[in-house]
Amino acid sequence: MTQYLARRLAFAVVLVATVSSASFVLARLAPGDYVTGTLGGRVSSEVIARERARLGLDKPLAEQYRDWAAAALRLDFGQSMLYDRPVGDLIPERAANTAILAFAALAMATVIGLPLGIVTGARRGGALAATIRTVSLVLVSMPPLLTSLALVFIAARTGWFPIAGMRSSTAADEDVLFDILRHLVVPALAIALPLAAALERLQAQSMSETIGQPFVLAAAARGLPRGRVVWRGALKAALRPIAAMYGLMIGTLLSGSFAVEVITAWPGLGTLMLQALRARDIYLIAGCAGAGALFLALGTMVSDVALAVVDPRASEPGTRVEAAA
Amino acid sequence: MTRGAGLILIAAAIVAALGAPFLAPHAADVRYQSLLNAPPTWPHIVSDEGGWHPPFIYRWRLVSRLEQQYEEDRSARVPLTWFSGGRLVQSTNDADAPLLLLGADSFGRDVFSRLLYGARISLGLATIAALGATLIGGAIGGLAGYLGGAIDDGLMRATDFLMVLPAMYVALALRAVLPLVLTAQQVFALLAIIFAVLGAPFIARGVRAIVRSERRREYAAAAEAIGASGWRLLARHLLPATRGFVAVQITLLVPAFIVSEATLSYVGLGFPDPIASWGTMLHDAATNIRVFADFPWLLSPAAAMFIVVLGLNLVLQDEHRLSARG
Repeated sequence: MTQYLARRLAFAVVLVATVSSASFVLARLAPGDYVTGTLGGRVSSEVIARERARLGLDKPLAEQYRDWAAAALRLDFGQSMLYDRPVGDLIPERAANTAILAFAALAMATVIGLPLGIVTGARRGGALAATIRTVSLVLVSMPPLLTSLALVFIAARTGWFPIAGMRSSTAADEDVLFDILRHLVVPALAIALPLAAALERLQAQSMSETIGQPFVLAAAARGLPRGRVVWRGALKAALRPIAAMYGLMIGTLLSGSFAVEVITAWPGLGTLMLQALRARDIYLIAGCAGAGALFLALGTMVSDVALAVVDPRASEPGTRVEAAA
Repeated sequence: MTRGAGLILIAAAIVAALGAPFLAPHAADVRYQSLLNAPPTWPHIVSDEGGWHPPFIYRWRLVSRLEQQYEEDRSARVPLTWFSGGRLVQSTNDADAPLLLLGADSFGRDVFSRLLYGARISLGLATIAALGATLIGGAIGGLAGYLGGAIDDGLMRATDFLMVLPAMYVALALRAVLPLVLTAQQVFALLAIIFAVLGAPFIARGVRAIVRSERRREYAAAAEAIGASGWRLLARHLLPATRGFVAVQITLLVPAFIVSEATLSYVGLGFPDPIASWGTMLHDAATNIRVFADFPWLLSPAAAMFIVVLGLNLVLQDEHRLSARG
């Protein structure tokens, strides 16, 4: 187990280093830089050269990368040109906002999706199961880009929830938590609904397979009430494949949160990354990419460890690939 | 049943895309300066006096230029004309009272026409990118599964790495580090390549698994025994076995690519402005804060996307059910 953890940790470090380095180099090689982007053709070439020298953009790529990487090892990730603040200060704030959004969405999706999947998976027919199936088919067909537009549309029409940002300027200080929660509803639901539908489909499939197993029949034959068989016995066995899905969902969650953050103006990593990319703010780009990779690595690690605890076979070297394929 | 419904939705989208020049009342870039954000002109068949007429529309009269509010001018009917000028249907008074089935956008362009032309770009890009992903993924997966060993290991590690990354961010980053101002053709090619590369691992993984297991089957051994070369064995015998899997994957990749294009265009890193794609139309809509309250028709590309994705999912769902039964 320790060895397994160590291997996963090493992978996380490699992932973060590769992703942030690659984005640093790519952003540096891209045509145009922060200075030409912000000052443009309005100023003389001397001013541009001076500005470049001040920001350290005049050095050759290899040297610049070496300096940045060396500083990054000391946890100094450079200065954001766009915000004129250290990247190391800026990113944790925004990353926390994205984490709040992602966790809220994941929790909502789980709370909505899993029980519904158990209901539709455990019974063959019935109006309830058919309705849930239809709704979830509709929601599976609505990626977060569309759900967030739809929810913003509803919220704007009804005025039930704020549609943009994370805090309103008018709220009193003691209401901060409530205020954030109110702002969280639309973006979190936008990510959660398609995810809940996907979970419902998966859980239903897993459940209906489990229901067919001999041990379920045996339990029913012993005279256990059907509700107990479904919710206690079969549920435990049906949860395992779902647990494996959570690790894969982190990437989906991050990708989905990008569109939602942009549409609902949620001040998270996605909107920050977009600003950084547009402004060619290379230190901020590398920082955002690294933070995203860290999220991903930690998420997959936590879910893999959880899976290894549930199912010890998963931590044996070599078996995981076969299990996934 | 659901499969039929899904196929109808997809067929409708394809017809809309292919038939855009005939079905759309206007070209994608025609502007009506006096009809910025004008609401849809519904075709009527009963006039106010109660008489029945061939389909006609009412003209929009500008009530407030500042507020962009319009009022139906019910004093005169504007009849529609069919099959004139190579278009299915148009208003007889196209200059003053154009037929705007889904209203006009903030430049005064016909949203319905742009939706049809946009389908060409959005669906075309997604389809081409999915085919590209199939080619790349099929080649990688086929080679990895057929050769095995170190090449297999290396290729699968690479696909694992690509699959774990959030695709939207990778696409965003790759697009953003390239020159921001490109022609529509360049953007099309660029996005198709980026999407194909990002989609390829999903194809490669499954193709590899199928090729590996099919290789051990008797028919593969028989083909080898009568002297089929490695290439022939792979191309004629093993890869065709992946058809079913690849078809399902394509139906999964196409909607993902449609949405990716829309997201990139939405944030301004997709197609340049006058080009109509579903993403650029949403981008145009998003710049207007009143879109949700006052100009909802500007969101119709989102509805179009939903219809296509729903259609594909309906087809796919039946596929699952059939495979589960069989």
